[in-house]
Amino acid sequence: MAKKPVQFRLNGDEKAVFAAEGENLLDVLRRGVGDLTPKFGCGQGTCGACTVIIDGEPRLSCITLAETVEGKAVSTVAGLADGARLHPLQDAFMRHFAAQCGYCTPGMLMAAKALLDRNPRPSREDVVDAISGNLCRCTGYEAIINAILDAASGASQNARRV
Amino acid sequence: MPLRVETYDRIEDAARALSTNRNARVIGGGTLLMRGVNAGVQGFDTVIVVRGGQSREIQSDGARLEIGAGVTMASIAANADLAFLAPAARVVGGPAVRAAATVGGNLFARPPFGELTTALLALGAQIHYVGHGTPQSIDDFLRERGRDRTRIVRAVSVPRIGDPSAFRFVKVTRVAPKGAAILSIAAHVPMQGGRVTGARIAVSNMGPTPLRAIGAERALEGQPLSDDTAQRAAAAMMEGLSPLTDELASEWYRREVAPVHLRRLLLPNHGR
Repeated sequence: MAKKPVQFRLNGDEKAVFAAEGENLLDVLRRGVGDLTPKFGCGQGTCGACTVIIDGEPRLSCITLAETVEGKAVSTVAGLADGARLHPLQDAFMRHFAAQCGYCTPGMLMAAKALLDRNPRPSREDVVDAISGNLCRCTGYEAIINAILDAASGASQNARRV
Repeated sequence: MPLRVETYDRIEDAARALSTNRNARVIGGGTLLMRGVNAGVQGFDTVIVVRGGQSREIQSDGARLEIGAGVTMASIAANADLAFLAPAARVVGGPAVRAAATVGGNLFARPPFGELTTALLALGAQIHYVGHGTPQSIDDFLRERGRDRTRIVRAVSVPRIGDPSAFRFVKVTRVAPKGAAILSIAAHVPMQGGRVTGARIAVSNMGPTPLRAIGAERALEGQPLSDDTAQRAAAAMMEGLSPLTDELASEWYRREVAPVHLRRLLLPNHGR
């Protein structure tokens, strides 16, 4: 099968890969680039485990045709932490026990980051809507919602400074 | 089926390619098309990509609004001029789906999807094609949808709804708001002199495309929007409609609950 070159920025770094005809972005990220943080769940755009941010918007990488991200900026969980210093959302997820099996966590974090980038002081309803496309079969969502609200309030950053 | 992806810089070139290949599909946000591609059972052999996407413009000439085929559900939900369409756009998937899913893609959505198209049918939308000056009514578009896939939709246009109560929409689902619809109903009920004039009721999952509930429209026409009228419209709603049976609901269930939801939609404050 013919492959086509695709160039995009991933977490700030330029990437150039060859994508098979019809290959989705999730496969390109995991197999082509080696970024294993976005997860394969349903492959149908239903579970949200593959959520990434493309040009500032939350997107499902499993139903994004790889060729359509040519020239765009893609963000994944791999780009959240600054070395050993966790992103406030990651810190809040840890403190609120917002992950159990952890499979949904990368998608949840990126859905939450897309929300906070656009709306730094969301209401609880805003948070519920922001993760409404992300399934979690472990936590019952409460811990995740509380973690996102906590991160938005700046509590995580304050906690880290202590 | 081996898949070929063709990318075009100009939409006119993409339209030419589509017109000569019945097994090609134009990709919008990909939220529906890529499901088939991932499963390897897409039923087409070529995906046509318009570089940079299709038109994301929303234009107004006063009485009508033209929405580019590349406008996303998120953009509709955020646009003040299209506030009447927001209830239909907001229930299409979660935020990541709404950021990608386009008007053009939704027009071709198969059951149980296609909430926005149900709303557009009730609004009497017009479909505008690339390279064709004459628009097509959405009724004709949906009738021919399965047969004629050789033209690219450039935009849809809808009347501007001045009175928000004249247009109502409900999606019935087991997992609100993002779950697939058991059914959705859109009702355009303009009032003149206290009576319904020019009612259009559209409902999804009653056939391969959203369909008009002609019986309900007839019951409403020329009548005040009263409890009696709503009851009569609900009783006549299923005339000529054949609800689907799928994993979400049976034909029987859809036939039983659709009139209940229409009555509630027409009289939202009834019994509260």
